[in-house]
Amino acid sequence: MLEMKSRWAPYWQAAPLAIVFLIFFVLPLLVTFAVSFWTYTGYSIEPAFVGDNYATAFDKCLTSLPELCTTFRTYLSTLKFCLMVWLITLVLGFTIAYFLVFEVKSNNARLILALITTIPFWTSNVIRMISWIPLLGRNGVVNQWLLSVGLISEPLDWLLYSNFSVVLALVHLNTVFMIVPILNSMSRIDKSLVEAAYDTGATGWQTLWNVIIPLSKTGIAIGSIFVITVVMGDFISIGLMGGQQIASAGKVIEAQINALQFPIAAANAVVLLVIVLMIIWTLLRFVDIRKEL
Amino acid sequence: MDDKNKTGISRRTLLKGSAITAGFLGTTAVTGFPAVHADEPITLRYLSTATNQSPAIAAKAKEITGINIEYVTVTTDDVTKRIITQPDSFDLVDTEYFALRNLIPSGNFQAIDANKVKLVDKLATAITKGEVDGKKIGNQGTAPHKVLYLEKQRGKEFATEQTEWITLIPTTYNADTLGIRPDLIKRPIESWAELLNPEFKGKTSILNIPSIGIMDAAMVNEAMGVVKYGDKGNMTKEEIDKTIATLIEAKKAGQFRAFWSDFNESVNLMASGETVVQSMWSPAVTAVRLKGIPCTFQPLKEGYRAWASGFGLPKTLKGKKLDAAYEFINWFLDGWAGAHLNRQGYYAAVLDTAQQNMEPYEWAFWMEGKPAEKDIHGPDGGLLEKAGTVRDGGSYNTRMGAVACWNSIMDENAYMIQKWNEFIAA
Repeated sequence: MLEMKSRWAPYWQAAPLAIVFLIFFVLPLLVTFAVSFWTYTGYSIEPAFVGDNYATAFDKCLTSLPELCTTFRTYLSTLKFCLMVWLITLVLGFTIAYFLVFEVKSNNARLILALITTIPFWTSNVIRMISWIPLLGRNGVVNQWLLSVGLISEPLDWLLYSNFSVVLALVHLNTVFMIVPILNSMSRIDKSLVEAAYDTGATGWQTLWNVIIPLSKTGIAIGSIFVITVVMGDFISIGLMGGQQIASAGKVIEAQINALQFPIAAANAVVLLVIVLMIIWTLLRFVDIRKEL
Repeated sequence: MDDKNKTGISRRTLLKGSAITAGFLGTTAVTGFPAVHADEPITLRYLSTATNQSPAIAAKAKEITGINIEYVTVTTDDVTKRIITQPDSFDLVDTEYFALRNLIPSGNFQAIDANKVKLVDKLATAITKGEVDGKKIGNQGTAPHKVLYLEKQRGKEFATEQTEWITLIPTTYNADTLGIRPDLIKRPIESWAELLNPEFKGKTSILNIPSIGIMDAAMVNEAMGVVKYGDKGNMTKEEIDKTIATLIEAKKAGQFRAFWSDFNESVNLMASGETVVQSMWSPAVTAVRLKGIPCTFQPLKEGYRAWASGFGLPKTLKGKKLDAAYEFINWFLDGWAGAHLNRQGYYAAVLDTAQQNMEPYEWAFWMEGKPAEKDIHGPDGGLLEKAGTVRDGGSYNTRMGAVACWNSIMDENAYMIQKWNEFIAA
């Protein structure tokens, strides 16, 4: 009896989370997948099994090569942002986490500084986005300052509604997702390992490269997954900061949902999901998160 | 600069706040009014965009009819989405006529019984017949009179003639055009073609709601002489291709500063000087002007792009709630609400009753296009126009008479959305 109980106990314990996942994650995903093969009119969706939606998503993509079709161009643009934001948040996040773990000596100071990194989340996304306009706009603070010190004679237009402003906003938003997991991995590094490295004559860079980075790999991988999935699916930041002139996979899906074209939106969502999963799969080839946790 | 955003945000917050307050007062202070429904207050969930909602109207309706109005605020596209996907989540909807081409076939509406609407014969002819002052106005696109009547109450077919089954009872409508910053442009603007004039490179904007944006784009293309349309409101695939091609070319050349899809975005773009000419809605122009920044809702020689919105009833509404909905609609047409809307620069569905609720000088300014005898104040009491000014575009007859087309859902809507996404991605 006791044996039975203990054999089943882990399953019971895992059941609540499994059920929540099933209902709120697996089920909607399956529905999305199923609907992506349905047909639609302006006001209804009809069960069917057709590949039309995928065909529309990749309309003229092969025939128009080497010219890129809308879908390829959209994903390329999103991937470009993804790579830039990932690199910048990685360097920033790693540096900040390093500073917090190895340079800040007091635990309280570390806690307070760690909390400060969450400041970008203290206000709503939309208000935060709107606030960039008076800062970066044509008549904004930055332009006025640059004009007043004589560095430029005409206001810079590329500060806002440009690739620059999109990357800036995404970095501003996502760095914290990189900081927290890296901070977590780093703070578990045994300080004596670092001392041992110094004692055996390693330079600062060698210690960083051969000791700290390998031991922070899990944090880096988790942070990367956060940042990449958020940026790949983002359409609000890219929309607002790009003046809605820059396409993103999420924006395409939103436009289709707004036009009540749910099946084709579902097809695009599946495509997006597959691409993101492929990126994550590649990442996991480099780091086995489960082994290192 | 900071002021601009503060005002933008506070207006919105104020609206929300007041709506919540109104709703809250409604639920607690029932006994104070000698109203019809005082014994058992009825709450109507009123679904629409923020543009169509006003805490003052909800408060007045409560005072007169005893009905609680609970606003459900969503965007233009979400109104349609809600009606299609969650038809039980509201009791009354204020939606645009162009959406009806998708809404009616869904079967989620019950037509409104004309016999229960007292002022049904007084509804503006611009909506019911497509006529202003006895003259036909532009009817390209989903003109309201094409989709106003159904064959039967739960029918899915539009009637070609007047019946007693009305799809939407009009609430507000208007004629839209381009908004400009006269202080930054410093020369007259007379044509839609100016939106793509390289002179304003990097300083223009078009709205990113496809079914409305495509109509602005069509007005521009036609004005430039690039595309000749059979019917702008129901384009062929070739016409859509050509229209979007012009837009893509302009976008690649850096013509647009940004696109907007939200009222407040358009206000911010214009007020901050990021754009000098753009697609705009009338209350957004007013909002820019209230900040003390010159902004004109510029009449153009090719005419206006019109829109109209109206009350619809979900198919499941019945009993006391249904009665209350009719009572509210009747009150809405009775003048107070109409006057309130007229003072915001919109047009009321029943003009006679709205006139009775406005001061003669107000009526002369807003509706007759005469210079203001005294200062014109908005519904919230803020100063809108100093004495002596004339409304942009002039009188009701001049403005509504010059309508060229209406917001629209086309037969090729799916294709249009696909091409619009190409434009955004270009």
